[in-house]
Amino acid sequence: MKRVLTVDDSKTMRDMVSFTLKQAGYEVLEAGDGSQALSVLGNGRVDCIITDLNMPVMDGLQLIRSVRANPSHKGTPILMLTTEADDTKKSAGREAGATGWLVKPFDPEKLVQTVRKVCP
Amino acid sequence: MAPDDLSQFKNTYFEECGDLLGAAEAKLIALGDGQGGSEDLHAIFRAVHSIKGGAGAFGFERLVRFAHGFETALDALRNGELTLDRSGHDLVMRAFDMLADLVRSCRDGIDVDEARAAAISAQLERWRGGPASPPTETVPQRTVPATEAGPQRFAIRFRPGPDLLRKANEPLLLVRELRSLGHLEVVVDRSRMPTLDGLDPETAYLAWDFVIDTTAGRDALEAVFEFVADECELDIRSAETPPAASDPAVAPVASPSLELAPATERRQGDRRSSERSSTIRVDIDRIDRLVNMVGEIVITQAMLSQFIGQLHTEGFGALGQGLEAMAQHTRELQESVMSVRAQPVKSVFSRMPRLVRELSASLGKEVRLVMIGEATEVDKTVIEQLSDPLVHMVRNAIDHGIEMPDARAAKGKPREGTITLSAEHRSGRIVIAITDDGAGIDRERVRQKCIERGLIGADQVLDADEIDNLIFAPGLSTAAQVSDISGRGVGMDVVKRNIQELGGRVHIRSTPGQGSRFTLSLPLTLAVLDGMIVSVGAARYVVPLTNIIESLRPQVSAVTRLVNRGHVLMIRGEYVQLVYVHELFSIADAITDATRGLVVLVEVEGGEKIGLVVDEILGQQQVVIKSLETNYSQIGGISAATILGDGRVALILDVSGIRHLAAERTTGAAEPALLLAS
Repeated sequence: MKRVLTVDDSKTMRDMVSFTLKQAGYEVLEAGDGSQALSVLGNGRVDCIITDLNMPVMDGLQLIRSVRANPSHKGTPILMLTTEADDTKKSAGREAGATGWLVKPFDPEKLVQTVRKVCP
Repeated sequence: MAPDDLSQFKNTYFEECGDLLGAAEAKLIALGDGQGGSEDLHAIFRAVHSIKGGAGAFGFERLVRFAHGFETALDALRNGELTLDRSGHDLVMRAFDMLADLVRSCRDGIDVDEARAAAISAQLERWRGGPASPPTETVPQRTVPATEAGPQRFAIRFRPGPDLLRKANEPLLLVRELRSLGHLEVVVDRSRMPTLDGLDPETAYLAWDFVIDTTAGRDALEAVFEFVADECELDIRSAETPPAASDPAVAPVASPSLELAPATERRQGDRRSSERSSTIRVDIDRIDRLVNMVGEIVITQAMLSQFIGQLHTEGFGALGQGLEAMAQHTRELQESVMSVRAQPVKSVFSRMPRLVRELSASLGKEVRLVMIGEATEVDKTVIEQLSDPLVHMVRNAIDHGIEMPDARAAKGKPREGTITLSAEHRSGRIVIAITDDGAGIDRERVRQKCIERGLIGADQVLDADEIDNLIFAPGLSTAAQVSDISGRGVGMDVVKRNIQELGGRVHIRSTPGQGSRFTLSLPLTLAVLDGMIVSVGAARYVVPLTNIIESLRPQVSAVTRLVNRGHVLMIRGEYVQLVYVHELFSIADAITDATRGLVVLVEVEGGEKIGLVVDEILGQQQVVIKSLETNYSQIGGISAATILGDGRVALILDVSGIRHLAAERTTGAAEPALLLAS
């Protein structure tokens, strides 16, 4: 079973992502910010990371850069949560090494579709 | 999956909203009392952002709209576009209360004062000085599959950029996704694939051509490549007729089926749609070839001119005129070709805002970056070499130059320091200046450091300029504490050396208390060089003009011999070591007496001067640089070669390398100490 890590400071968002992906047949891990995500990654395999950009302690861009700099996880697809209007964020994320993006608002169907795209 | 499935999370959401609002309120009040800092502002922004995100998922449109406007204002605040003065803080407090009311109204299903919400939104908008872009949270984004009558045929050309794989974009998945849309034919283009020893497993080399018959429509195809569109060359065009993939000869040249021509033909270049015809992408190798060929033409042309000059050309006036015209056209051709490879310095400058932002934040300093002349163009090869020195100098300016905000305020300066990065063309060179309004160079500390390190004597009297230039001395870090930002052992000496290797110069001007200005002056290209041609015996050498200070024939009395230093030349109260070029390169039949030959005074890295003893100066000329390393191998004291007008090869001297060679010869090894006038 593919394992997805959802990183978001909002518990609501983590719960919804987790619920939706579990129904679609994924195993889901959760982290509340970038540095928590890195310690989850330290514990083992993750097949896909979904991260918000605005988070305390360590934000999404820093997380993406850290993952890309880590030899054992740099090949992991990373999807960032962003708003469509925010093209600068999108390209900043891309530049940091994000694989793709998920446009808010949260849409369960689109989420599953996008995760399947990079981590079938 | 129905959205209702998510309604079970509404309770979590409202609980979370309660927590977020509570924490944010405390921070807001602290900010109003003049306590708290930018981190608090970030936290408030994140709270509003999270509330908006959840509201979008549950379809609370009114809440989304209000939160969006509020969030945009907070974003402007945390970016420093707005300042939180008293009235601003009041407005933020009112908006915050409104947000809390809206959350409650969503939770309890009660009505809210719409007019008040609208009024506050409008006030926020006026404060920001413009409307926010509409929130996406209210616009459900769903991909609507195109419903077209029959399958359409598309030809897709997909050529990943080299970094595609490094972002974990997997081309195989894209191919599979395409296949799920209809009948797919795939042709792989392996032409960019290097041999095994040159292969970097993380670089994307393959490219693909697809022909797909699909009912999904162009949008669906574009959606497949959505994430990689900025990282690849992608061309999707509808193909009406089945392209003759196996027989390119029958394909009319301009038809879309051209895309299926064999890989070797596709390599010829990029075919873009006509609206993009104002620019084309060209492989840099081809431009380099062009530059090389023009270089050869310049040489051949010089050769012809010289040859014709030696002939008796009476009655052949037209020949001379024609040659003159050709010389001019050659120069223009050379300039045009060089301009193809020219790029705006923007590509280097654009990395600086982030550097400044991150670095100043981590040091607790307030720094504003002003950039001037980003469009100034310079050869790509120079740009590539410019990045590291520039990063280092900007780091230095922030770390050592700009003071802490409080220290600045105490001196009556604005709390925010300013670093200005400018680029301009000046007499055939590019001049880049890094100016800061910081503390300037602490000359006393630099002097102390240099005395500690034995770079200068304790009793040596130096003027301000000389002390400033000591920061380029090897192994000097003047940060009181060695920080991990600029005091990492890579000092300004490396910056100066890198710049000099590019044929450039570094100049510094510093005023205590007012700041420093570093000026880099670089040639516009590394392909040609202005040089002085000198002869030593039968050999010809080129001395880069940027190194030369002067040339002279010394008096017998000016040349003396010093223990361990060999011959030195006394010039204006300064001893300059003489280096006999014929000795270094074992040239026979050269003039061995400096007073009968010529001394070319050159400046080497670190500001030291040496005198090169040569037979005579033949002239000054622009020469085309030919790499020795690619054609032969590296030789100490020689940086490259060139071909002169008469077809002879001349070596271009690397004066810093010669200084080292000479030092080894005279003292056995040992780096010569920094030599300064006393």
